[in-house]
Amino acid sequence: MWRFIGFRTLQSIPVILAVITVTFFLVRAAPGGPFSNEKAVSPQVQAALEAQYRLDQPPMQQYVSYLVDLVSGDMGPSFYYPGRRVDELILQGLPITAELGLYALIIAVLIGTVSGIFAALRPNTLQDYVPMSIAMVGICMPSFLLGPTLVLVFGIWLDWLPVSGWGAGPGDKILPSITLGAMYAAYIARLSRSGMLEVMTQDYLRTARAKGLPEHIVILKHALRGGLLPVVSYLGPAFAALLSGSFVVETIFQIPGLGRFYIQAAFNRDYTMILGTTVFLSTLIVVFNLLSDIIAAWLNPRLRYQFRK
Amino acid sequence: MAKNIRFIICFSLALLASCGSPDATRVESGNRDGVLHFGNGTEPQGLDPHIVTGVPEHHIISAIFEGLVTKNPETLEPEPGVAQSWDISEDGRIYTFHLRENAKWSNGETVTAEDFRWSWERALNPALGSLYNYMFFPIVNAEAYANGDLEDFSQVGVKVLDEFTLEVSLNEPTPFILQLFDHYSTFPVHPETVLTYGAPSDRFSQWSREGNIVTNGPFVLTEWQVNSHIRVEKSPLYWDADRVKLNAIVYYPTENIVTEERMFRDGQLHFTNDVPLDKIPVYKAEQPELITIAPYLGTYYYLINTNRAPFDDVRVRKALSMAIDRELLAETVMEGIVLPAYALVPPGTLGYQPPATFSYDLEEARELLAEAGYPNGEGFPEVEILYNTQESHRKIAVAIQQMWTQALGISSTPMNKEWKVYLDATDNGNYDISRRGWIGDYVDPNTFLDMMITDGGNNKTGFSDTRYDEIILREAPKKLDQEERFALYREAETILMEQMPIIPVYTYVSKHLIVPSLRGLPANIMDYYNWKYVYLDPAH
Repeated sequence: MWRFIGFRTLQSIPVILAVITVTFFLVRAAPGGPFSNEKAVSPQVQAALEAQYRLDQPPMQQYVSYLVDLVSGDMGPSFYYPGRRVDELILQGLPITAELGLYALIIAVLIGTVSGIFAALRPNTLQDYVPMSIAMVGICMPSFLLGPTLVLVFGIWLDWLPVSGWGAGPGDKILPSITLGAMYAAYIARLSRSGMLEVMTQDYLRTARAKGLPEHIVILKHALRGGLLPVVSYLGPAFAALLSGSFVVETIFQIPGLGRFYIQAAFNRDYTMILGTTVFLSTLIVVFNLLSDIIAAWLNPRLRYQFRK
Repeated sequence: MAKNIRFIICFSLALLASCGSPDATRVESGNRDGVLHFGNGTEPQGLDPHIVTGVPEHHIISAIFEGLVTKNPETLEPEPGVAQSWDISEDGRIYTFHLRENAKWSNGETVTAEDFRWSWERALNPALGSLYNYMFFPIVNAEAYANGDLEDFSQVGVKVLDEFTLEVSLNEPTPFILQLFDHYSTFPVHPETVLTYGAPSDRFSQWSREGNIVTNGPFVLTEWQVNSHIRVEKSPLYWDADRVKLNAIVYYPTENIVTEERMFRDGQLHFTNDVPLDKIPVYKAEQPELITIAPYLGTYYYLINTNRAPFDDVRVRKALSMAIDRELLAETVMEGIVLPAYALVPPGTLGYQPPATFSYDLEEARELLAEAGYPNGEGFPEVEILYNTQESHRKIAVAIQQMWTQALGISSTPMNKEWKVYLDATDNGNYDISRRGWIGDYVDPNTFLDMMITDGGNNKTGFSDTRYDEIILREAPKKLDQEERFALYREAETILMEQMPIIPVYTYVSKHLIVPSLRGLPANIMDYYNWKYVYLDPAH
């Protein structure tokens, strides 16, 4: 097991380095710079700005000093928000996005697995078709449609929940979490349905039933462990995707999270911020993939054995 | 089982309802406590008056800082700020400001003439890279110092005569100079505070962060949560604190204007920064008392690349401009809220009326195009209309494309580019026709017309006219008499419109949703608010 973890960790270092390198040079290749402005910038001012942000140095030198700073934990100053550092802004947005992502994931897992299992128990009946059709709609429904619809119904017509904000009261976390979680719930529902269907035909379930175990024990104790494997390996990437993909929901609900920085940084050509958020999120994605691989290996001994040899 | 389910549903609905909106909305509690909840567009880049450039920043900086003068929100005439009075020399070139002795920084220290001199030296410091340093350029030697050609700041026309007297010498009389002293780029900063957190020219300094910043305006910064809100509270040390009626202002970044409108409907905002275009007819019909639409000191126009054929022919440029039905465009695409523009300077800028040099005239447009060698558009190359990605720009480009096809028989393609890519293309002259908008920095025709001087940073069209440059750079700034000066500007603008390197389309409007309890924000052409006049009256 340790060998497996060590091997996968080593594998992730070149991945992250590649992400940094590609991002570093791509943002600089994009047309328009961080200081291009509707108002004309005089050459003197442009030169002064470039000097302050080290843009007057050759690109390779900038790249090396960025890497050196990064290793020492410094992501540099934001180009767009003078007086703020990239790590500071990320740390400010992260807890909010993580909280939102966690609620969304809980909603997604609860709704997704329950309806997926439910559907798998009686395949090709109404009990299967109804939740799966809803899941299909859920996957197709973009959050920029679902969010405003929920806001219209629960925020404005019924006036039960606030239309935007975060942390002003417990109510304002409900709609964004549902909006963000819905798509993932639908996906998890489909995953757990197919996982369960596959498991239900396995020999060891027939054995369990033959032993005379009651059906709920067969399902909860024997079928679930195998049937939910695809869901478990999906959870890591899903959480990472929730963290990096919450931009739309954060914009709809005015949530001060990480997603807004991530997208705005690209529009602003905020070089350090683009790099900072990309490096941070790609590291997260790598780590969560690693975690879900480890959990999957723990749940499924066959994977572990490959590394025992 | 069914009973259980019913219980669960009822319970969750009750939970949902109970944890929802509190009894009073933010607007209601704000009315009670004198706290204004203000939709402010985007998250400010910062609060350092010598670094930032945007309108949302201005809304906050003007609450926590104060310059030599302020403006009356009704008339936009200069009013005393830190300076309680000023003398102007006979030739209009020397301004002597008498600072009030009771103007205080938020740490209790007195605001002095030296604070201004120090701040202006910082703002002009070439290493700082202030985008607004040109605001100082009417002052003697300011431009040379900012460009690094002059190293001795004592040669710049700013002199401290005594603790409370500041003398400013100008190159030319520059009649609009007092307005520049109400612009945040000329606001004073607290020298010791700036120096505590770094060098004066350090853009990364943390001096303007909450907890560090020292200010001299009617409000002080108390809370700043990035992308969430900024809160300022009434400053007891402000010299005119008795007049300040609000206890606090909370600014919300509301870059999504659809969400902003929903926040307004939900009672979370007293004031919105903008109104979605498609909501305007609804509000006009159902709740006209909530929506305010007013002319704004800005022009929406198209740049023409005069270096490219066939646009190097003035007849082609004029034909394109004359074939646009601006009335129809304003009425349909822009929901009837904007005014059609036939010149660069918005009409009524400080009483200035731009010359009427052309009108919507299809006959003449066709004739001009035929004279230029393209009868009925035959042989005219495909034209690209460049705009930055935004729905309303697209609608206008498509409407103009159709007008040109129908009226002149020429074919064009609207082409959208992401903001920075669009800026890059326009800056490098890599376009045929490009959308542009300009909002005046101060109320004077000069803020529009000086863009179009030869090789001006915002010209981008290749337009160059010696008489035009002569008027803008040398003749008009010398004129003390407003009528004479405006006559010169009319002459310059006539030259500009005869050459037509730009196609004016419409004059901007400011549009806001405002709850009736919010008072003291009269609509004006600058969309300018003087926070000490603003108050909340729950009776309305």
